[in-house]
Amino acid sequence: MAARSLAQTAAGDTIGPVTIAVARETLVAYANASGDQNPIHQDEDFAKSVGLPDVIAHGMWTLGAAGSVVEEWAGDGGRVVEFGTRFTKPVVVPQGGGEVEVSGVVKSVDEDTRRATVELTATSEGAKVLGRCIAVVQLD
Amino acid sequence: MAVNADFAGRSYPPSGPYAVDAAMLAAFASAVGSQDPVHTSTEAAQAAGYRDVIAPPTFAVTIAQQCDAVFVQDPEAGIDYSRVVHGEQRFVHHRPITAGDSVLGTLTVDTVREAGGHAMVTTRTELTTEEGEALCTSTSTIVIRGGE
Repeated sequence: MAARSLAQTAAGDTIGPVTIAVARETLVAYANASGDQNPIHQDEDFAKSVGLPDVIAHGMWTLGAAGSVVEEWAGDGGRVVEFGTRFTKPVVVPQGGGEVEVSGVVKSVDEDTRRATVELTATSEGAKVLGRCIAVVQLD
Repeated sequence: MAVNADFAGRSYPPSGPYAVDAAMLAAFASAVGSQDPVHTSTEAAQAAGYRDVIAPPTFAVTIAQQCDAVFVQDPEAGIDYSRVVHGEQRFVHHRPITAGDSVLGTLTVDTVREAGGHAMVTTRTELTTEEGEALCTSTSTIVIRGGE
């Protein structure tokens, strides 16, 4: 992949939407890769015992998955120089798995720094799961 | 027990070093569904100008959370981890974390505040190499839900 260039990028450009499947196994893999073994992300009985509707995804899995969509658009993951969000709602992952839909729009392009500011939207079952999710991408 | 507001402004000595290797980065990239070969192929990473495979944009949280533990698990801080929810997270990358890096993390508790019966704590972790090269500033807000 080649990094996205300034010439290829303009305010108003859109990304996605991309639908990402999330299975219980996805969360086990994330728990092992991240070290976050909180049982609310793996154990349905435990999650329900603390008042959750079911197993929920790690917020950082959701942000990471959105990050993968930005990387694909940027053409090089190392070009995502800033990335952040507020976690507004959990992604519920029932036994049969769940889904997250991620889309984005270029809010602005700074020609001097060659950086694009991208606002991402992530929803699951119609609810917004990330708020003010912003990535800054260093363009070529 | 309430969160101890006296911790606001407190800085900790650097923790680590945390060794970053290629297998760790590949496992993390796979878990978040990244297809970008800069995380898994040294050849692709070097073609993109990196020394070796690099971390996905949110990988830094795995190190930052290990650094945070010294504060979050301190009984004096008064944080009931069973009531903690991740509220916000932000990364500013200075250069991509790369396989072979030996990372140090310096934790600062930026703010401790109460709102609507909940406590909100914002921490900042500056990740650098052992040689002092800036890698990432990771800022995290956790919400400690109030007791009923």
